[in-house]
Order: sequence, then C-alpha cells, then structure tokens
Amino acid sequence: MRARVLVKPKAGILDPQGQAVERALPALGFTGVANVHVGRLIELDVEDPDQLPEMCRRLLTNPLIEDFEIVDAGSS
Amino acid sequence: MRFGVIRFPGSCDDVDALLACRRVGEAELLWHADRDLRGVDAVVVPGGFSYGDYLRAGAIARFAPVMAQVAEFARAGGIVLGICNGFQVLCEAGLLPGALLPNTSLRFVFRQVALEVASTDSPFTCGCEIGRRLSIPVKHTTGRFYAPADQLRALHAEDRILLRYAPGHNPNGSLDDIAGVCNEGRNVFGLMPHPEHAVDPLTGSVDGLAIFESIRAHVAGRALV
Repeated sequence: MRARVLVKPKAGILDPQGQAVERALPALGFTGVANVHVGRLIELDVEDPDQLPEMCRRLLTNPLIEDFEIVDAGSS
Repeated sequence: MRFGVIRFPGSCDDVDALLACRRVGEAELLWHADRDLRGVDAVVVPGGFSYGDYLRAGAIARFAPVMAQVAEFARAGGIVLGICNGFQVLCEAGLLPGALLPNTSLRFVFRQVALEVASTDSPFTCGCEIGRRLSIPVKHTTGRFYAPADQLRALHAEDRILLRYAPGHNPNGSLDDIAGVCNEGRNVFGLMPHPEHAVDPLTGSVDGLAIFESIRAHVAGRALV
C-alpha cells in the first residue's frame, strides 16, 4: 500500500509557522483565512499497513507535540 | 573522574564539551556506533545536528547503538548531561520529559543569556546557590521547551526545573522560562544553553564551569560513601 502520513502540530500548541503564514496571506489580498497550521507529509510504501500507527507513534511523529492522520494513497 | 562525550555524525560541540570536561576531570570521546561506555562516570550528549536532525531534532540519534547503553546507564543512576541537541535527543529518547519546538520567533538565536539556578538538588547544580545568575550562551532554532500539562505539573511539584531563563531573557518562548530540566531520578539533565562554551574568560564568561564542577563534586562525594 502507498500511504500518506499527515503530521500536524497538536491542537493548543503554539504554531508560529502557521501564524506567520496566516499573517502573510492577507498581504497578498487573500482574506477570510483562519486557523492555519503547517505540518509535514510523509509518503511511504508499506507491505503491512497495520504497522503504520505504531510507526507513527514511535518514529514518524512525536506524540507529545504532533497528531497524525494516515491516508491510503492506493497501491503503488 | 572521567567523562565520556558522545560524537554522532553531525555533532559539532563535542570538542568544546570535551575541553570543558577536562577543566574538571578526564574526558574522552565515545563514538555513536559503540556499544560500550568504557566505564565513564558521566556521559555528555553534546550539541550539534546529529544525523542531520532529519525528521525532528534528535529523532534519529536516539536509535544510535550507543544510546541503548546511555539509557541503561541512566536507569542505573548514571549521570547524563544533554546540551542543546543533546537535550533534544534525550527528550526524543524518553529519558527526559517534554519536547523542544521551533523558537517562537522562528529564527536562529545566538546570544549570551542570563540564567537563574532554580534548584540545587541535583548533581548538575549542587555547587550553586538558588537564584545564582549564570551568563551562558544559547544558539539554536528549536529550543522552545514544551511539556503537556501533566508533565509540567510534575516538573514543578518535584522541583525538577533546575535552570530558568532570567526574567526578560527567554530566547525561544519556552514554557515558564524553563531552560533545563532533570528526570525523576535527578541523574539525567538537559538544557538548551551551552555551559561548555562558557568555561574560559576569553569567550566572556566562565559561569558554565559551575555545571561541570557540580558534577565533579557530586561524583567525588559519591565515591566517599
């Protein structure tokens, strides 16, 4: 399986990157944008998708500060 | 006493750490791929960019062969000091609570900061007095200490915040001005500032020696018991 792991800062933790992007968008004329958060995308081929949550908890993310979402990107 | 300073691929403060340790005792380099701490009395995990800091600062270094030995050494009560990237590595390894996040400013900060000793009940600060000011440099981009509420409460309740940034000196947005914390056993300590860069009048301050001298005094005292 081709998997995408979406990693984002945990809700409630100050995300200065998201804030900087949120402040920059109106400067280009884009209005009505809120709650911007900047995370990370990890793509990987895995034989056993059941292992993905454990991979996320133990290496791909730091569960203290990040949340993750696993997306099935179809077979590669 | 004898210190061991770990060198990972990407470490850059290992030599300064070695020289700082040698002001108070003997010191040697330990290689990241080693599975042996060679009987040292204390381990220093130095600053730098271990394994390129890929993924997250410290995330890959915690899997280095030598880190399994460091974890075992720490569990047995061995003295472990993590400086800057070393602090990040120890947090990722679960040997210290919390995590280090990008500075609030999103900028690299490189300056002398004033620290205050918040607890002297540790091998790393036992030679200081509460409230003593230490002038020590910081240089990092990912130094904002964060811990979830339960961990933060425990740090306060158990007097495990050993160093704080003095009022107005917090360079990175760390919670509660926390500059350095220890584990429950008080034998593992991590801090973002660099005491190893403040051991010679040539570079403006010798206040960093207080940390290394405390470790020496602690180990010497332990030998007498």
